[in-house]
Amino acid sequence: MILVYISSQNGISKSAFEAVTYARKLDSEVCVLTCGSASEAQLSAFGQYGAQKVLVDRKIDGSDAQQLTKLISQYAQELNASTLVFTHDFVGKAIAPRVSVKLKAGMVAGAIALPEANGSIKVNVFSGKASGFVKVNSSVRIISLLANSIPLEINETSCKVEEITANTGDSKIKVISVKKPDGAIPLPEAEIVVSAGRGLKGPENWGMVETLAQTLGAATACSRPVADIGWRPHHEHVGQTGVAIRPNLYIAIGISGAIQHLAGVNGSKVIVVVNTDKEAPFFKAADYGVIGDAFDVIPKLNAALVKFKAANN
Amino acid sequence: MNILVCISKSPDTTSKIAFSNDNTQFDDNGVQYIVNPYDEWYALVRALELKETVGGQVTIITVGTTTDEAIMRKALAIGADEAVRIDADPKDAYYTAMQIAHYAQSNGFDLVLTGKETINYNGSQVGGMIAEALDAPFVSLATKLEVNGTTIQLEREIVGGLELIEVALPVVVSCAKGMAEQRIPNMRGIMAARTKPLQIIAPQAIEELTNFIQFSAASSKASVKMIDADNMDELVALLHSEAKVI
Ligand SMILES: Cc1cc2nc3c(=O)[nH]c(=O)nc-3n(C[C@H](O)[C@H](O)[C@H](O)COP(=O)(O)OP(=O)(O)OC[C@H]3O[C@@H](n4cnc5c(N)ncnc54)[C@H](O)[C@@H]3O)c2cc1C
Repeated sequence: MILVYISSQNGISKSAFEAVTYARKLDSEVCVLTCGSASEAQLSAFGQYGAQKVLVDRKIDGSDAQQLTKLISQYAQELNASTLVFTHDFVGKAIAPRVSVKLKAGMVAGAIALPEANGSIKVNVFSGKASGFVKVNSSVRIISLLANSIPLEINETSCKVEEITANTGDSKIKVISVKKPDGAIPLPEAEIVVSAGRGLKGPENWGMVETLAQTLGAATACSRPVADIGWRPHHEHVGQTGVAIRPNLYIAIGISGAIQHLAGVNGSKVIVVVNTDKEAPFFKAADYGVIGDAFDVIPKLNAALVKFKAANN
Repeated sequence: MNILVCISKSPDTTSKIAFSNDNTQFDDNGVQYIVNPYDEWYALVRALELKETVGGQVTIITVGTTTDEAIMRKALAIGADEAVRIDADPKDAYYTAMQIAHYAQSNGFDLVLTGKETINYNGSQVGGMIAEALDAPFVSLATKLEVNGTTIQLEREIVGGLELIEVALPVVVSCAKGMAEQRIPNMRGIMAARTKPLQIIAPQAIEELTNFIQFSAASSKASVKMIDADNMDELVALLHSEAKVI
């Protein structure tokens, strides 16, 4: 049986459903474990992706990884789970390594595919410049799944939500305040990303990038220098020293395509590059290229998309 | 304040990545190693800033072989007080973390800092593993850290936002962008680094829980299709019917 830990603190993300889809492909018996105050109706939605059971501890809020480690390890042992699945995001990165030590279970961090026939699991290495296959030597294994690595799959299952309490002790972490950008799509989960670089000349020119992103229902990203100079917030910085993403579509505007930038985005399924310089290295990594001035091309691309959306709705 | 900073080596960011022995090993022929950027820019520099404001000692530790001493000297040149090398090949995250935890346990630290992840294996695992072994709180992906007596305040990334939290020392923190700014070592630092203590310690016997059995270089794209800047309708049509992404 597979145990999936999910954070339901701030609503349930697409990557949570991806983790359950992944678990259901490993085994027909899937149990979801979570904490906090999400409603029973919200939690039973995991049944759509193949979970038979959702266990929820209402006493803890999920901010202390030490408490969660106790909760997760206790249920992993009680349920005799062979595999534990996490999302490889802020949640999984805080908890899964702890659980790995507690259970002495080898961890595959950032899985991007289901296990191979020989049991090894594919992950990105060298920040996306290559991939590797990890083999786990312990009897129990932990897999944290990178967002957008497997398509969601409906697997309608009758699902029971059960309240539990575990002996987790007090939280050692005191939350003072929480800042959330409103309504924005979290970058690692976005299926379409519109990204721009120094070619845009200044932060005042990002309006057209945001408009294009809105038309596409996309998240926005940027190159490192743009975040460093403060034109855009740090969390938008993608690349080898920023966020690594793998959307279906990545549109790069006025970004040269330095090796460190490409490392974080070359897992994208389709790449479109807009650049004035026909020699820009990014064209070598692109599927579609447009040689042209962003200030001319982007409004035109946006207009074409608006027209397309109107015709196809 | 006694601070331990975990550093790791990683290939220079401009390195082309290749493998040898039937794709089972990273081929580091001609590869220049650097201090993993997250460890250097954020964890180490923030540790030095804390030492400058509240006093204390900054020790860097790495699990590695003699070839890693160059990056250790670099960290000492930036300002760390002393260096420790656990003399072993860092086999997997668990092996590495257990070595560091053992050293931290026997030497007593208020704060253990790691980078957000290494840019070679990108696991983001070592910090959390050390914390569990030390039975200490772990704050992952912190973007700010201020000391306030025996507690620290941190800002950390959460899904779609930021959280401001407080936690009592000792604690393990993984450091992300925002924490500090890169420091370039000066001549005096480089000279001083030559004589700073670099201790070599034999490893504990720890098993490996995982191993890489194979690597493959990222597949390169077929050739790019160029589209005329005045024909964005064509690009949209291709994204829809050929690439099927909109
Ligand atoms: C250790 C290290 C780590 C790094 N990590 C990262 C990382 O994680 N992510 C990252 O992005 N970078 C990273 N870098 C930086 C990287 O090397 C590049 O410097 C950076 O990606 C360049 O950003 P850019 O493409 O926006 O700017 P530039 O290189 O200045 O390129 C701007 C591009 O815009 C084009 N342009 C100009 N005007 C227009 C116009 N009007 N319309 C269309 N196109 C136009 C130009 O032709 C050019 O190609 C790292 C560097 C180092 C040393």
